[in-house]
Amino acid sequence: MEKNCVEEKGTKEVKEILEKYKKDKSNLIQILNEIQEKYGYIPKQAQIEVSEYLSIPMAEIYGVITFYSRFTLEPKGKYNISVCLGTACFVKGSQALLDRLKERLKIEEGQTTADGKFSIDATRCVGACGLAPVFTVNDEVYGKATVKKLDEVLDKYMNQD
Amino acid sequence: MKTLEEIHQIREQKRKELDLRVNIKADTREKHILVCRGTGCTSSKSPEIINNFRRILKEKDIQNVRVIQTGCFGLCAKGPIVIIRPEDTFYAMVKPEDCEEIIEKHIQQGELVERLLCKDIDNTVVNRLDELNFYKKQKRIALKNCGIIDPEQIDEYIAFDGYKALEQVLTSMTPDEVIEEVSKSGLRGRGGAGFPTGKKWLFTRQAEGDQKYVVCNADEGDPGAFMDRSILEGDPHSVLEAMEIAGYSVGANKGYIYVRAEYPIAVQRLQVAINQARDYGLLGQNIFGTDFSFDVEIRLGAGAFVCGEETALLESIEGRRGQPRVKPPYPANVGLWGKPTLINNVETYANITRIILNGADWYASIGTEKSKGTKVFALGGNVNNIGLVEVPMGTTLREIVFDIGGGIPNGREFKAAQTGGPSGGCIPKEHLDTPIDYESLSNIGSMMGSGGLIVMDDSKCMVNIARFYLDFTVSESCGKCTPCRIGTKRMLEILDRMCEGKAEEDDLYKLEKLASNIKKSAICGLGQTAPNPVISTLKYFREEYEEHIKYKKCRSGQCKALANIEIDPSKCKGCGICKRNCPVNAITGEPRQVHKIDPDICIKCGTCVDKCPFKAIKK
Repeated sequence: MEKNCVEEKGTKEVKEILEKYKKDKSNLIQILNEIQEKYGYIPKQAQIEVSEYLSIPMAEIYGVITFYSRFTLEPKGKYNISVCLGTACFVKGSQALLDRLKERLKIEEGQTTADGKFSIDATRCVGACGLAPVFTVNDEVYGKATVKKLDEVLDKYMNQD
Repeated sequence: MKTLEEIHQIREQKRKELDLRVNIKADTREKHILVCRGTGCTSSKSPEIINNFRRILKEKDIQNVRVIQTGCFGLCAKGPIVIIRPEDTFYAMVKPEDCEEIIEKHIQQGELVERLLCKDIDNTVVNRLDELNFYKKQKRIALKNCGIIDPEQIDEYIAFDGYKALEQVLTSMTPDEVIEEVSKSGLRGRGGAGFPTGKKWLFTRQAEGDQKYVVCNADEGDPGAFMDRSILEGDPHSVLEAMEIAGYSVGANKGYIYVRAEYPIAVQRLQVAINQARDYGLLGQNIFGTDFSFDVEIRLGAGAFVCGEETALLESIEGRRGQPRVKPPYPANVGLWGKPTLINNVETYANITRIILNGADWYASIGTEKSKGTKVFALGGNVNNIGLVEVPMGTTLREIVFDIGGGIPNGREFKAAQTGGPSGGCIPKEHLDTPIDYESLSNIGSMMGSGGLIVMDDSKCMVNIARFYLDFTVSESCGKCTPCRIGTKRMLEILDRMCEGKAEEDDLYKLEKLASNIKKSAICGLGQTAPNPVISTLKYFREEYEEHIKYKKCRSGQCKALANIEIDPSKCKGCGICKRNCPVNAITGEPRQVHKIDPDICIKCGTCVDKCPFKAIKK
């Protein structure tokens, strides 16, 4: 239901993004980055419009989207929790954070809970190595994390809408 | 648009104004409160700290004090960092609510806020930045302006000799002279492979073509590395200026910076810098009134490690999947859109202006015989002073880890240092005194790489670390060539078996065979180096692999499936804490009697190990 809404009103917004760029194939990744930023994923309708605008076949666009890890075909949860698995965080125990998160939310990395509230990502280095291990909830960064701290943060968001 | 005259005026006037940033004895009544706005400190609320300082100064109507955002000071472990100049007072781990006290005590009453002063590893309190052991062995060339200027103010960059090298090059040097100077300096590519920069410039200059390009590789994908990001965040103009110098030298009028979209602060500062440089006429048509024109555009990456490989990066700029091209031809001849293209890494560019201004001989006097200048390392992992360090080539690993890094925390022992990320290797204790340069690192089975340096203590399992890197390579393999796409996957499966206690005797042989085959047959640098973490850990920690296979034992206890958790009867007091905390009721025992773990029920979660007050339970 929600998804349809996004796709309908998406048409106009996607056009606005497209108009900023010349019809040059090399702009594909820039455009996809903007769409991803706007919706949190790349809706099919948007892919069709990009395909027509740049004269690139859908298959090729799909190929680019699935190649780059920043692009996703499914919407992320309202709260997207990313655990950093960069080396600095890994040697400080971030794997335990990720395991705990998967255990509590009962989903795997890259997936979203059925109610659309949470999704889990494993990222490579958010660049806050001084705070390792690190996880983020949307844009909020939680440093020097422990399983206990993760539990507290998760409880907080579970009680929120 | 500014004339050359006007730029000179800005430089002279601003330099006087900013003398207090670098001169502790500056003759001024002003004070500057510098707050780090690098990614690390920003994550721990430095923007709020800046706002609070500004608000309080306004409320109290205090004049002559300015609050400045800067790039990374380097000592990320102590962030957020606040430095007050000219006196150079260093406050560590500042919280937004500390601002009031700093203003009242330090600024208004002239006293130090002692509780916020930074403590060195030996617990001595340090008043000033340069008194810290962390900084004593460092030499800053690429990071020269980081932590000194506001990266979003072009005037501050100009004040510290910004765009002076470009002026010198455009008004008094021929392209060949510039290339000769860069060659003479001995500068080598800082992205990893260490190809001589002057040679790369020369090849691109000699290549025939009506259009040439200059590209900056800022796709810093090595997990745990943040050198390039810090340079872009702290001193973006130094990269732009160097790209222009490169453009003049090779005959290009267009530049691209390919930067990770995961670095929003760096991208934003670069865009600000480009806009300001255009406004001043330092980018665009007829720079400094000469025939030379140059402009730069940003291209965002989208999270593919392989795009750090130069030909994959070009594919990505062109809007396609980032799959490497077969070399030769090299980008110097056939690069972006088939045109001759020069590609250098961020840190390489950051050295250029100083080479031009101070001369190639000065630069070549720093470092070792074959590796000149300095190298920036992102020091992380199990080390006290996590942060960004820049040291002359030839500094030993021991100096970096123990003198600068302050050693290993929690009373543990050094086990290995990992350089070069997924393409590099682990360096054990016996090589701590190797002077670091390109050759010495590859001789001991690692590589310089882009500069990630992860320290590991004795609680780490080296088989598990190798597995971690292979897991990375498998998920980042672009899929173009079979050795990398399928070979690394098979290697990972073997390592998984080892960590789960299911490996067989001949797995070690298979692993070595695969490693050497992939090294010989993958088409790009990433595939060829993918087996390195396995090869180097096998070389120095072979007995750990053998233990995993023969005895199904992991000495560090990190491989959960192999962990054997036991209660030491001589230490157990029968308090029952472990029993109460065990999530699966695997522990039995009467009060004040020695307790026991049933290995068939135990899930090896380690909760009891952490909870036991008598340290009687061991993995």
